[in-house]
Amino acid sequence: MNTLRSRSEHTPRLVMGNEAIARGALEAGVSVATGYPGTPSSEIIENLARVSAGRDVYVEWGVNEKVAMEVAAAASFAGLRSLCVMKQNGVNVASDFLLHLASSGTRGGMVLVSCEDPGALSSANEGDSRHFSRLLEVPLLEPGSFQEAKDITKWAFDLSEEIRNVIMVRSVTRLSHASGSVVYGEMPETKPHAFFSHDGDILDPMRGPVISGPVEYKHKKQQEKLQKAIAFFEESPFNTYTGPDTPELLCVTSSAAGFYCKEALRLLGVEGRVGLLKLGTTWPLPPRLMEKYLRLTDKILIVEEVIPFLEENVKIMAAELSPKIGAKVLHGKRDGFIPSAGELNPDIVIAAVAKTLGMTYGSPAATYTQRATQAAACVPVRDLAFCPGCPHRASFWSIHNVLRMDARQGFVCGDIGCYSLGISPTGFGTLKTLHAMGSGTGLASGFGSLGRFGMDQPALAVTGDSTFFHAVLPALVNAIHNKSEITLVVLDNSGTAMTGFQPHPGLPVDAAGKELIALDIVRICEAMGATVRICNPFYLKETERILLELLEKRGGVKVIVLKKTCALSPERKGKKDFNMFVNPAVCLGDDCGCNRLCTRIFKCPGLIWNREKTVAEIDDIICVGCGVCASICPSGAIQRKEIT
Amino acid sequence: MGKATIDFDPFNLIITGVGGQGNVMASRVVGNMIIEKGFHVTIGETFGASQRGGSVMSHLRISTDSGFSPQIPKGRAHMVIALEPTEALRVLKDYGNPSVYVLCNMRPIQFVAVICGDQPYPALDTIIQSIRELSKQAWFLNTTDAALKLGNPILGNIMIVGALVATGLLPLDRDSFKAAIGRVVSPEKAKVNLAAFEQGLTMLRT
Repeated sequence: MNTLRSRSEHTPRLVMGNEAIARGALEAGVSVATGYPGTPSSEIIENLARVSAGRDVYVEWGVNEKVAMEVAAAASFAGLRSLCVMKQNGVNVASDFLLHLASSGTRGGMVLVSCEDPGALSSANEGDSRHFSRLLEVPLLEPGSFQEAKDITKWAFDLSEEIRNVIMVRSVTRLSHASGSVVYGEMPETKPHAFFSHDGDILDPMRGPVISGPVEYKHKKQQEKLQKAIAFFEESPFNTYTGPDTPELLCVTSSAAGFYCKEALRLLGVEGRVGLLKLGTTWPLPPRLMEKYLRLTDKILIVEEVIPFLEENVKIMAAELSPKIGAKVLHGKRDGFIPSAGELNPDIVIAAVAKTLGMTYGSPAATYTQRATQAAACVPVRDLAFCPGCPHRASFWSIHNVLRMDARQGFVCGDIGCYSLGISPTGFGTLKTLHAMGSGTGLASGFGSLGRFGMDQPALAVTGDSTFFHAVLPALVNAIHNKSEITLVVLDNSGTAMTGFQPHPGLPVDAAGKELIALDIVRICEAMGATVRICNPFYLKETERILLELLEKRGGVKVIVLKKTCALSPERKGKKDFNMFVNPAVCLGDDCGCNRLCTRIFKCPGLIWNREKTVAEIDDIICVGCGVCASICPSGAIQRKEIT
Repeated sequence: MGKATIDFDPFNLIITGVGGQGNVMASRVVGNMIIEKGFHVTIGETFGASQRGGSVMSHLRISTDSGFSPQIPKGRAHMVIALEPTEALRVLKDYGNPSVYVLCNMRPIQFVAVICGDQPYPALDTIIQSIRELSKQAWFLNTTDAALKLGNPILGNIMIVGALVATGLLPLDRDSFKAAIGRVVSPEKAKVNLAAFEQGLTMLRT
């Protein structure tokens, strides 16, 4: 149940970090919110979409992060408050526009929220977008609690209007996807009216044209804005110090790492010896505040996730302040006190603080852990797998088989989405490259131009339907225009499945379910000049036949759209097409020449290999009745009965 | 009614299972029940990629204070609720200690490695014995099968919340469940969830 419409109240409620960020934007009177789905950011736009109908808020899933940022910026230029939300990789996509925006400045308060994924729990890399704030020369705020996630987001809009520039707010998985206590504030009554003033002088930031030039003049203005931000940061309630007046050690931290520091100091029992400076305004650092706290002690430990961003900035500040505060010893990632890759947790911070203080910290249950580790040795790792009934398993089955039949050592360039799992056993190891959104088609375009150097291997690319619009289109244009020889497989499951089934330009609905114009992938590809086929990937034979035909067809770009809705979609979830069963009299088990094709190779989680009886079985709890495994069983033992 | 109390502050509860078993939903419901009783709770969760058949875990820090980390320090769980038996062992390895309580649903969810025949699924008797040896007290039940009779195996997650209430380890009751489920699902769905909860309550008591 969505709580975002609620009035202000005094008692805290249990709120997910992303919901708190959405609420902060609503309390700031946001009028336009845009974004592109990406874990762990997606719930912010989803939550705003749910309340948009009852309020004057326009919510839009952008085709990609750069366009989403441009749409949000237009609202700002027209005097409205706007929000743009993405995961860390999205900031890379948006950065070209951002660099110009930071120079042209904004009008209505504009906030960029980047939700990042230290440890890459749901990402293809551990990117850290904080360095963009330094590159773009815009202020960076990092909430360190659920309450701050709301309060900082709200304040970021005020700050943006004070300095007339975009503000970056950075969250992480352990805040965005965690839940905690938040007290809601007032919701303003907004009467937004959009008007873009453009007739003023070119140097008039509020009435003139919005451009990034004259460059040197605007760059200087931009730096004055940062100085203004620093003045606010010096007094900000989001920077807090807890600890003694003269600590032995000062921990400087931000974001979710602040939780781990607090826990580490408590468990080590050193709260009276160690000071904790938790910063919410992390770039540019406020020098007077830093002087006040760096002065307290000579030994400093900087605790943060991913790159040593805070560490480097604190070190610069310590060097600049050294005539006043003396030389400091600063520990962090650069000297290995904090690991330089992976997510932090309380235990890592406990170890770092203990090392800095020269203490030893024994695990509370060392001998127990030994016994428990032995007991758990029989428990295999749970490899990620395509869901039961997932169209991608069927698609990769066919692609894999066809490439083997073709026998020219063809390969598939992968892309970002659930189907990235095509690189692992669940996708039969079919993908051979995996990079950024759209890179599969770009790489295939490159491979497909290498025929002149004797390359005879068929180059394929896969893309999801959302990724097709996000970044594949320019790569496809490139391949067609340059006569590259490739086959693009569009795995169209009717939604942005990986991140929770958000709509995209190929679907006729918006974030709130209201009607929009759907763009037809097949017709787009045809209009571009590609040879296009369409098939339901659950029809394995037909899919393989078309794929083989396309691989053998020489010249130009071929596209096959494998269209079947995601098994987790509202349309298919909980609905079986077939009742599946194995006829034990027909299943020959180990004696069948198939070498357990169903469980050993296809390995859908809905199948079980009964080791005692040496036959395949169906796990009725897991099976969703897609019927595909019946098509791969050579003896016809796996059978399906249509549900009428 | 006097003010509810908890034995440890924070009380560290882990709810674990396999993606798709309703782990996140169970942690939301328990979290909201705790809030109803006037406590703070911080919930740390893994979801996203791990939804696709991976091991999932929710960490609940139940306290009179609000500032605890969304990750429980190693070896410091007070209770582990497992929606799948092998996941209980996996969590005990990292977060268990001799005083931990375990509440475990015994219906296995197969591993890919087991499905393709590379490895056997560990014997349930061995799992039960290990969990008993590694806990102060453990309860074993089959909520999935019972939930299947209610029409949907996923309701096993709510059934185990009922069983949690029956253990008496946390100051939770039927009223806090009713209030919490109303916050998490629609009124139509609340009904079958309440039925699952009631069954979970009696499952442990009988």
